Amino acid sequence: MCTMIVHQAKIDGRGKGANGWFKVEEANVSYDHPYELPLEHALNIDFVNEAEGPGARVAVELSVEAARKLVKTIEAVLAQAESRGVLEDMPVGGPR
Amino acid sequence: MYQTNMYEGMLAETVTMPGHKGDTINAYYARPLGAGPHPGMVVIHHAPGWDEWYRECARRFAHHGYAAISPNLYFRDGHGTAEDIGAKVRAGGGVPDEQVLGDLDGALRFLRSQPHVSKKVGVFGTCSGGRHGFLAACRLKGFDALVECWGGRVVQSKEELTPKQPVAPIDYTKDLSCPMIGLFGNDDKSPSPEQVNQHEAELKKQGKNHEFHRYDGAGHGFFYYDRPAYRQEQAVDGWKKVFAFLEKNLKE
Repeated sequence: MCTMIVHQAKIDGRGKGANGWFKVEEANVSYDHPYELPLEHALNIDFVNEAEGPGARVAVELSVEAARKLVKTIEAVLAQAESRGVLEDMPVGGPR
Repeated sequence: MYQTNMYEGMLAETVTMPGHKGDTINAYYARPLGAGPHPGMVVIHHAPGWDEWYRECARRFAHHGYAAISPNLYFRDGHGTAEDIGAKVRAGGGVPDEQVLGDLDGALRFLRSQPHVSKKVGVFGTCSGGRHGFLAACRLKGFDALVECWGGRVVQSKEELTPKQPVAPIDYTKDLSCPMIGLFGNDDKSPSPEQVNQHEAELKKQGKNHEFHRYDGAGHGFFYYDRPAYRQEQAVDGWKKVFAFLEKNLKE
């Protein structure tokens, strides 16, 4: 890719792809060429499971403003849930 | 120039070819029918993947009288939609330059082994493919012309170098072994107009045969008719300049 700016986070979750739900184990976050969003560069997130092959992917392409808004929104929702004492969690990579 | 009473036809298909370290990879090969011999073209896909645009681009070259092969540089990363494979490669920081060079050398050798290909072979690439094309024309022997379209990261700072891309292509300029044409949009961020100027300054310093064309009102990827970046007027002019350059360097 032309910027090569990419980070990978090991995560735990579920994603719904072209073939239904699958276990998401990695989030690949890049700032590079998007496939669909009409921008030269975008904040791209691919929720994937590498072990299940390249088709196990949920893709999101965001403008910079949208990406920043999403980050703040996630933090705000988690903070609200924490303040109400309803957070539950499981360790990333732990037993499920 | 095509005349309305001329025969025209082409064969376009997926083939296998030798890649880096003797690996077999697949490629898309489009060539004109008819007597030949036809000059060859290696068509290098961009970072987002080995997608439909490059098949159409290969056929475009065949339509203009070239035997064009577009190797799948992501063959080793599995198979699926071009987007899914491209996203996988993106997550891994791209493909190693040495591996790409091995694959491009294989494509060159594939063309040289075809009885219908003439002694002249050029290389064309866009975006990261433009960068790879420049690397190939510097590091490999045997190309007779280079078409570099908005090659991103030909100019790289030390901080941008990685184990997969250990040397900035501009540092190989002294080894460029064929004439080149470069097309760039002045609104591009990668390469920026300043980087394009650096690129050209180094070519001049090394006394290399080149022509650069910079387009106002165009950014990155202005040939891509399936993207908002497409700029009709600049793209039409750019393709005219590409084919005039190839005519001069591969057909005369």
